[in-house]
Amino acid sequence: MRLKMTVNGESRDADGVWPGESLLYVLRERLGLPGSKNACEQGECGSCTVYLDGVAVCACLVAAGQAVDREVITVEGLADGDRLDPVQECFVQAGAVQCGFCTPGLIVATHDLIARNPSPSDEEIREALAGNLCRCTGYEKILDAVRAAARRKAAQT
Amino acid sequence: MTKPLTSTSRAGGVGESPVRPDGPLKVKGEFAYSSDLWIDGMLWGATLRSPHPRARITGVDIGPALAIAGVRAVLTHADVPGDKFYGIDQRDQPVLAIDEVRYQGEPVALVAADHPEAARRALNSIEVHYEVLEPIFDAHKALFDPTSEHVHPGTNLVRHQPVRQGDPDDPAVRAQCAVVIARDYEVGIQDQAFLGPESGLAIPSEDGGIELYVATQWLHNDLAQIAPCLRLPQEKVRMTMAGVGGAFGGREDLSMQIHVAMLALHTGKPVKMVYHREESFFGHVHRHPAVMHYEHGASADGKLVFVKAQIALDGGGFASTTPAVVANAASLGVGPYEVPHVKIDAYGAYTNNPPCGAMRGFGAVQACFAYESQMDAVAEALGMSPWRLRQINAVSEGSTLPTGQVIDSPVPLSEMLDDLVAMPLPPSEEFDLRRMPGGVSNTTHGEGVRRGVGYGVGIKNICFSEGFDDYSTARVRLEMIGGEPAALVHTAAAEVGQGLVTLKAQIARTELGIERVTIAPADSRVGNAGSSSASRQSYMTGGAVKEACAAVRQRVIELAGAPADAQLVGGKVVTALGEVVAQLADVLGDTAIEETREYRHRPTERMNPLTGQGNSHVQFALCVHRAVVDVDVELGLVRVVELAAVQDVGKIMNLLSLEGQIHGGTAQGLGLAVMEEIQVANGKVLNPSFTDYLIPTILDMPPMRLKILENADPHAPYGLRGAGEPPTLSSTPAIVAAIRQATGLALKRVPIRPEHLTGTLAS
Repeated sequence: MRLKMTVNGESRDADGVWPGESLLYVLRERLGLPGSKNACEQGECGSCTVYLDGVAVCACLVAAGQAVDREVITVEGLADGDRLDPVQECFVQAGAVQCGFCTPGLIVATHDLIARNPSPSDEEIREALAGNLCRCTGYEKILDAVRAAARRKAAQT
Repeated sequence: MTKPLTSTSRAGGVGESPVRPDGPLKVKGEFAYSSDLWIDGMLWGATLRSPHPRARITGVDIGPALAIAGVRAVLTHADVPGDKFYGIDQRDQPVLAIDEVRYQGEPVALVAADHPEAARRALNSIEVHYEVLEPIFDAHKALFDPTSEHVHPGTNLVRHQPVRQGDPDDPAVRAQCAVVIARDYEVGIQDQAFLGPESGLAIPSEDGGIELYVATQWLHNDLAQIAPCLRLPQEKVRMTMAGVGGAFGGREDLSMQIHVAMLALHTGKPVKMVYHREESFFGHVHRHPAVMHYEHGASADGKLVFVKAQIALDGGGFASTTPAVVANAASLGVGPYEVPHVKIDAYGAYTNNPPCGAMRGFGAVQACFAYESQMDAVAEALGMSPWRLRQINAVSEGSTLPTGQVIDSPVPLSEMLDDLVAMPLPPSEEFDLRRMPGGVSNTTHGEGVRRGVGYGVGIKNICFSEGFDDYSTARVRLEMIGGEPAALVHTAAAEVGQGLVTLKAQIARTELGIERVTIAPADSRVGNAGSSSASRQSYMTGGAVKEACAAVRQRVIELAGAPADAQLVGGKVVTALGEVVAQLADVLGDTAIEETREYRHRPTERMNPLTGQGNSHVQFALCVHRAVVDVDVELGLVRVVELAAVQDVGKIMNLLSLEGQIHGGTAQGLGLAVMEEIQVANGKVLNPSFTDYLIPTILDMPPMRLKILENADPHAPYGLRGAGEPPTLSSTPAIVAAIRQATGLALKRVPIRPEHLTGTLAS
């Protein structure tokens, strides 16, 4: 089948899509956007988190057909060229990135958290990111990054 | 496809914490992991695996699979071009099963197709006829019951390593003991659970060779196993490291490397292969489960008199790294304590359980849970505090281990315990449901919740041991680029997330006195770097980069006509007294200076096969943990409230990365303590998914306090000590000790499950 959706502000088409393909597969394998990651493909790890019409979802749990004519924003759509989003910048600077496979999902989930709650408490950060598995960091530097990103965004507005 | 990394932070030498050069790519989603690779016209590879842990294969019919539209190849063992077996230590594992399968998930056949769904359907259409056999799944029986069947002809024993010192059975020795504690312990199978699945891309080349882009811990060892199976000379197998999504030991053995290359060579097309998560649980080796019997005797004043231990490690169907895991469990089996009389027997077994090999901590983790549990039991029997008992018996520089090896660098365990105990305990908190065991599930408001505090100590060998020719290679090139001196650092060492790319640039900046450093992609066009395991890359590849830089610097100094002890500082050649001899720009001109160096650590020896004696290790690293837990004793739910750690790293090379290693290693130890186990029944895995195999989330990991000490190892580059593994050892027993204190239960098995805490199952 043929799909059309808006991805990171651009209208995109994909041809010859098998109806069983997930949004994650279409993004990664058909639209050249492998930033959203394929760690579990069953909605447990959060590494494929994207915005679908402004709501953070696991792209692996969305059938590609469900995204037709809707707006998708992936981790590739958050930076402004070489200028990183404050969330991205804080993850790099805080040491919240090791192997980085969980990072794209955590970046989108954190971006979403701070948009909803500009100054989250530690408990609120933990609840919000409980669906994003990280195997490398033990999460301490991720908490540092989220706190710093919230402060930086607050200072910008 | 894999790009060189130019450090975005231009400053940051040894001891500083510049940001990692791959950081910006990773946060933008632009870093190319092995599962992200894509090339026009590529096919998708897939693997058919045995559903049985033990069976004879009586027939395979690939005809129906080949008939499916879009299927380009179906291969079995008959299609392996060269050697049919591979293995990291012993070449005992078939590339594809021949006549018999020895574990559930063993690869039997391969498919290449236009679309992953076509490949999946083809797998379902391959008809394999099995004669199912009763699996051998009890490691203890496999080793010690003479009537047990054998997994491989003639034996179920991979290695037996004794350690003998003094005589724990001498009645005169026993008479010195005020307490003797004998207990059995068990460790379940832990999975590395790296997030980036096994994956890669193989592209056939015009010369009949192959380009392989894979995520691995050790390119050159992969290459040495792959090439003979493909019947290709090593130079025709060109390997490049693709982005690695975590490893933790699980990428030390091969997974899909030979398979994807076979499919590409057979079809003449590029082939991509990506395991899904369930397949990943079958696609790599795990941490060995262990059954251990320990007996400790101590005098009334708390001095250990003897330790006896029998440690049985289940390696599953193939040898993998079991021989080295057995050696670690044996040589480090009493922990960092002075014990005059020791009798240890460590065994590695073949069974039809899931295959086991390397995982962070590697043999030392299993023994650490047992010996630290024993230390707590001895302390309790003597009425002593657990940390005081450890101090009384602690090793220090100059101590002799039960293997006869004298520790010849600082191991200030007693001081580390002082520091740990002095750390403040977590303050009392106002009630918040989110901080209760069970969290927002609203299972308790504090009734039935008991707090406990526990301690754990671990000792890990760093680098490869037992006489292995352990080295790394680095090539460093210095030249003027755009009017600025710049270095290119090239090694084959695997960046698995630990931050080696950052560290290599830091070393080059410090040694060459420049700012701009580029890290070349790791590939097989430069010499062997050894494995990113055994906490060894800062030491080994760090050492190689340092030496290669020193060789480059030497040539610059000669070119400049400067005294031999001159240094490179801030783009200038400077004498020891600080006088500027020349600008690097003037000395280099259009010349590029390139040097390659191999770095080796001091030689080690094999353990004596009968006594375990020998200088088998090159370096030792210690970490100590304190855990504070809240346990809901009615429901068996545990919340780890805080973890504190003290670790001696010799030299802090990069504080940010180092803290990340200690946090992350600690988290994996927490997972082993209370969550993580591959559950197996009759050789079959019950929970191959992240729904059922639980790893710690951000809700499970508590805040951590760290204290890091820098007592230099005079034998190591910059005095550094490997740091990645030790925290994984000590956090597990600390958490278990805290749960014991909260519940009063003996708790002889990890991971602890709720039913172990509520009395519904014998603990």
